[in-house]
Amino acid sequence: MNTRTISVLVENHSGTLSRISGLFASRGYNISSLTVGETEDQSISRMTIVVEGDDAIIEQVVKQLNKLIDVIKVIDFEGSPVIEREFILVRVDSTKSSRHEIVELADLFGAKVAYVGASSITFELCAPCDIINDFIVLIKPYGVKELIRTGKVAMAQARK
Amino acid sequence: MKKKGAEILVDALIKEGVDVLFGYPGGQAIPIFDALYDAKELSVVLVRHEQAAAHAADGYARATGKVGVCIATSGPGATNLITGIANAYLDSIPMVAITGQVSTPYLGTDAFQEADMVGISRPVTKHNFLVKDIRELPAILKQAFYIARTGRPGPVLVDLPQDVSRAVLDDYEYPQEISMRSYKPTIVGHPRQIQKAAELIKTAERPMIYAGGGVITSGAHEELFELATKLNAPVTLTLMGLGAFPGEHELFMGMPGMHGSKTANLAFQEADLIISVGARFDDRVTGHVGSFAPKAKIIHLDIDPAAISKIVRVDIPVVGDAKNVLAALNKLVAPREPSEWNETIRKWKDGKLFSYKQSDKVIKPQYVIEQLYNLTKDSDALIATEVGQHQMWTAQYYRFARPRTFLSSGGLGTMGFGLPAAMGASLGLGRRTVVDVAGDGSIQMNIQELATIAINRIPVKVVILNNEYLGMVRQWQEMFWNKRYSSTCLRGGTLCDECKGPGHCKIAYVPDFVKLAESYSIPGFRATKPSDVADTLRQGLEIEGPALMEFAVANEENVFPMVPAGKPLDQVMEEL
Ligand SMILES: Cc1ncc(C[n+]2csc(CCOP(=O)(O)OP(=O)(O)O)c2C)c(N)n1
Ligand SMILES: [Mg+2]
Repeated sequence: MNTRTISVLVENHSGTLSRISGLFASRGYNISSLTVGETEDQSISRMTIVVEGDDAIIEQVVKQLNKLIDVIKVIDFEGSPVIEREFILVRVDSTKSSRHEIVELADLFGAKVAYVGASSITFELCAPCDIINDFIVLIKPYGVKELIRTGKVAMAQARK
Repeated sequence: MKKKGAEILVDALIKEGVDVLFGYPGGQAIPIFDALYDAKELSVVLVRHEQAAAHAADGYARATGKVGVCIATSGPGATNLITGIANAYLDSIPMVAITGQVSTPYLGTDAFQEADMVGISRPVTKHNFLVKDIRELPAILKQAFYIARTGRPGPVLVDLPQDVSRAVLDDYEYPQEISMRSYKPTIVGHPRQIQKAAELIKTAERPMIYAGGGVITSGAHEELFELATKLNAPVTLTLMGLGAFPGEHELFMGMPGMHGSKTANLAFQEADLIISVGARFDDRVTGHVGSFAPKAKIIHLDIDPAAISKIVRVDIPVVGDAKNVLAALNKLVAPREPSEWNETIRKWKDGKLFSYKQSDKVIKPQYVIEQLYNLTKDSDALIATEVGQHQMWTAQYYRFARPRTFLSSGGLGTMGFGLPAAMGASLGLGRRTVVDVAGDGSIQMNIQELATIAINRIPVKVVILNNEYLGMVRQWQEMFWNKRYSSTCLRGGTLCDECKGPGHCKIAYVPDFVKLAESYSIPGFRATKPSDVADTLRQGLEIEGPALMEFAVANEENVFPMVPAGKPLDQVMEEL
């Protein structure tokens, strides 16, 4: 599935999130992930949305988002260099014998141990999404008990 | 200045230039209506159903170009507005709807007559507000009117909890200026895009203009006329655009699309350039999108960037206000002599855009419209319609000459729109005569407004084309569903046994519209023969104040031409 990352600066009101999610729902656009939080200006929130769809759909998504009154700016990252990160917490089965191997693997990805239990280890990892995906693939065979992804956040590398 | 919330609302309405508004009270709206009671500057029209308040505000806005205002109470009053708000949304009509709401401590508790209006109205408003604090109220009202009337206009809902309308603000002042960082509609078209459009126009051999409601909204009809006559480009107008170009002009091709003229539809298929102005390539216009305008390059002027390339890929988009952009474009284009293309159009048109078979036995609905046109074209009367066959016949046979003279529900296709819209329009224009061309089905959807019209002596003339059917649906059933008239006969009911069709039915038509009018103390007239049509119209139109005229028309007349849904525009059916 073709996906595209866009960033949306919105007025930090109650109700803004429902306008955005409502737009996606009523026009049938699919969201892979959506994150939201305050920015350097407290009155503005920034959403990073990963949308599924071809160029024509993305073009409409961007235009329809721009049309919402609470949307201040829509940034389509297509074709420009970005810094992107996602954060995960993952709890993996571990026995005495596998522990060492798992930690070694996590280390290769730069994942940190967040908690060690009797029969599991919880890792935290903040990295670009494709690295996160690779990590999940490799850690899966050990038995993933629980996995949480925050969704991607992205920022252009430098201002034009 | 010290003011209560409801008083702030009234002050804002006056400052925004509202002179008439339409409303219906209830518990949570009592403080608002109480404040309105003393407002000498504006008159409040008590409708008989909230849906009508919204349509009346809509009709007021269409006729005057100003923002229409309606007010309802919380819960059922507010939800009753929704159809009218959705109608205004789809036709881009500026409106502010004020709804009473339960007091803020009760919000979200399923309190008596609580409905989540911000949630319910979100998909059918341009924007909406819930006022939780009286300190926000002045700015919200200012923004509501600003958003409603600028850019691509639309309805804005302001939900006002009762405690906020009763709270007091010590230092009230209505904002003079407004600037919103998140909302800055583009007005002026990009000069380079306009230049490109002008260059493309220069090379076109078979140009045509396709214009819609945006021309009327922006008041660009004179600029449109200049462009069309300068280029000798034939013009087609959407249902929403009718009146933006003179209906009797030789360059006029009528409405396009499903029930449009053959001339306009063939022109789309043969043109090498389509200049689209304030129209949105609705599926009722394009027919099968893949086969639409195969030979044409498209220039699309629209104030809404999101309308561009939504349905049809365009070659040169220009975002901006139609009046502004057309004025700039007119300066760049050179006159074009009439060509073979104009000759082709003239041949297709052959002196008329639409035709029907006249009868001397039964009244043909098209004939009523033609007569209505003859009798009113030299007056300043407006025409509203309901939705159905009668609406299409009006669009086809009434040759609108001026903008804001045709009020019809385009995008939502709302039966019941015409009567309240006519009354709103009339009051907006200082009691101008407005004719509502109605079907016998549609008129019953907001018939209660005859009371509002009668009591306020509003000169609305109701013309009912009574075909005893939900005719438009019946037509589809006849053409595409083996003539199975399921739930479309307005005589039909559980008492019917074997149906032998119209003319053989022994069940009386209900209601008797003439008697019904009389019960509202509105004079009623009825015509049953073609020879009575003109006289009946004359009687109803000449009488002072409201009137109702019923025409017993051919039951199974169909609207032609017709391009069946989803078919290419050159697959026109002209009869069965
Ligand atoms: C509120 C609403 N309900 C249903 C429809 C579907 N509909 C479209 S036209 C039509 C028939 C209208 O009948 P009438 O008013 O008698 O007009 P006619 O077509 O007979 O001229 C119906 C039911 C609609 N457009 N609006
Ligand atoms: Mg009918």
